[in-house]
Amino acid sequence: MALKIIASQCTVCGACEFECPNGAIRMKGDIYIVDPKKCTECDGQFDEPQCAAVCPVPNTCVKAAPAA
Amino acid sequence: MSSPVFSLEALVSAPISVDAMRAKLQEGGCSSTSCGSSAKPDEMPEDVWDKIKDHPCYSEEAHHYFARMHVAVAPACNIQCNYCNRKYDCANESRPGVVSEKLTPDQALRKVVTVANEVPQLSVLGIAGPGDSCYDWKKTKATFDAVSREIPDIKLCLSTNGLALPDHVDEIAEMNVDHVTVTINMVDPEIGAKIYPWIFHQHKRYTGVEAARILHERQMLSLEMLRDRGILVKVNSVMIPGINDEHLLDVNAWVKERGAFLHNVMPLISAPEHGTHFGLTGQRGPTAMELKALQDKLEGGAKLMRHCRQCRADAVGLLGEDRGQEFTLDQLPAQIRYDPSKRAAYREVVAHERGDHQVNKQAVVAQLRALGAEQTLLVAVATKGGGRINEHFGHAKEFQVYEAGPGGVTFVGHRKVDSYCLGGFGEDATLDGVIAALEGVEVVLCAKIGDCPKESLEAAGIRATDRYALDYIEAAIGAVYAEQFGRRVTDAPLMLSA
Repeated sequence: MALKIIASQCTVCGACEFECPNGAIRMKGDIYIVDPKKCTECDGQFDEPQCAAVCPVPNTCVKAAPAA
Repeated sequence: MSSPVFSLEALVSAPISVDAMRAKLQEGGCSSTSCGSSAKPDEMPEDVWDKIKDHPCYSEEAHHYFARMHVAVAPACNIQCNYCNRKYDCANESRPGVVSEKLTPDQALRKVVTVANEVPQLSVLGIAGPGDSCYDWKKTKATFDAVSREIPDIKLCLSTNGLALPDHVDEIAEMNVDHVTVTINMVDPEIGAKIYPWIFHQHKRYTGVEAARILHERQMLSLEMLRDRGILVKVNSVMIPGINDEHLLDVNAWVKERGAFLHNVMPLISAPEHGTHFGLTGQRGPTAMELKALQDKLEGGAKLMRHCRQCRADAVGLLGEDRGQEFTLDQLPAQIRYDPSKRAAYREVVAHERGDHQVNKQAVVAQLRALGAEQTLLVAVATKGGGRINEHFGHAKEFQVYEAGPGGVTFVGHRKVDSYCLGGFGEDATLDGVIAALEGVEVVLCAKIGDCPKESLEAAGIRATDRYALDYIEAAIGAVYAEQFGRRVTDAPLMLSA
């Protein structure tokens, strides 16, 4: 279970990187990516995933489809 | 004209020679009685003047001489404002929050040192977005610490929405940040809800009136905490017609009560292509005359700033110019050392020049009072800085507008225009735009103007002249005013320059 960032909508504001309690978000080239190994969806830490809560663009930090 | 042909612009145009600057300073010795004058306006306490005298955004007088730069190190934001969209950027766009590239604190240090070496007017380093400097605090602090180690006399300032500021106010005070700008658009949460769709505070997103109420409380707390620590606060407000335009009178009273030093009411920028909520919903911005009317109504409350250019969050140079594109990352040297000599020489030159200017200004006020005329006159000036009329009409990207009246000559704002003359050819369509932008203005003063644009302006009821080229702005306007409304009160001719 992890979140991902829809790159085409991302404004690269960096707020998610800053809020992520797990350090799971980083810049890769010109875009931000979520490291699925580190992402916990903020379960047990906050009421909701912090990246999604702070993101200025709706539906940009979303649940990644589970790996097959 | 008896004015010495002396232009600050000539002194600092590349390549800059410090010796040449000093030589210029020596030329003709000290012809003025004001040598060594502090140029301090009478009504201002000494300690406040010391803080603002080199800060272009805090002092209208300083903005003729000193330059600021912003570094975009703090992109993350904790608020959504309906007038803001940080996604779209074009090199020619000038509005807050827009940047071409974001910097790490190390990159920012290299950029500041490069600019300090090449732009001797530089006096202030600001962090003004594209996000919020207090929310993205670690990067703001790392940048300020690094730069002030390298350039100890640079003034630090930051711009914030105030939501996260109370968490960092003691660090701000310790770091010698002298100036903080807080953007406050409302004191009534019902109005705030129309401006801010949400805020992110203590790990939660709040919306609607609740969000606006939390923001309001934190903003007022920020003002009080800053005031208690002796940090000068400027309040920025965006004037949004139909939403908060009348309400800004209340905002002005609230922020004055909490010790704000300066209130800067800026017009909403809402072109649809900027992609902001207000831009897309057709919310219009105020006209230049609507803005002036509101600012006139606010006069008497917290002191107003009228020379704001709403610059980009990575702007470099004097207010009204932006040399940011000359200092992008790919143009910065990999290794750079700070060389303080040019900035030091420039300060010497300015100390002398602004002393003369201040004495000259006071003389103009005395002359206009003595005239006893009642009328006011709106005059637009083309200038490249230094407080003088030294820009060609066709090259002006903006005009500075002054009002002359019985109390003297006061700055009331600026009007941006597309340069009329590009590569020597005047475009008639552009001239129409210039004439529209000069609504309400009766006289245009510039360093040079051709017959053609002059006649077109005259047809539109605007007189333009280059008779006062290189004169001090206030002196020239005083002379125009006296010519139009005055009778000569003494036998001595009106003094036009120092």
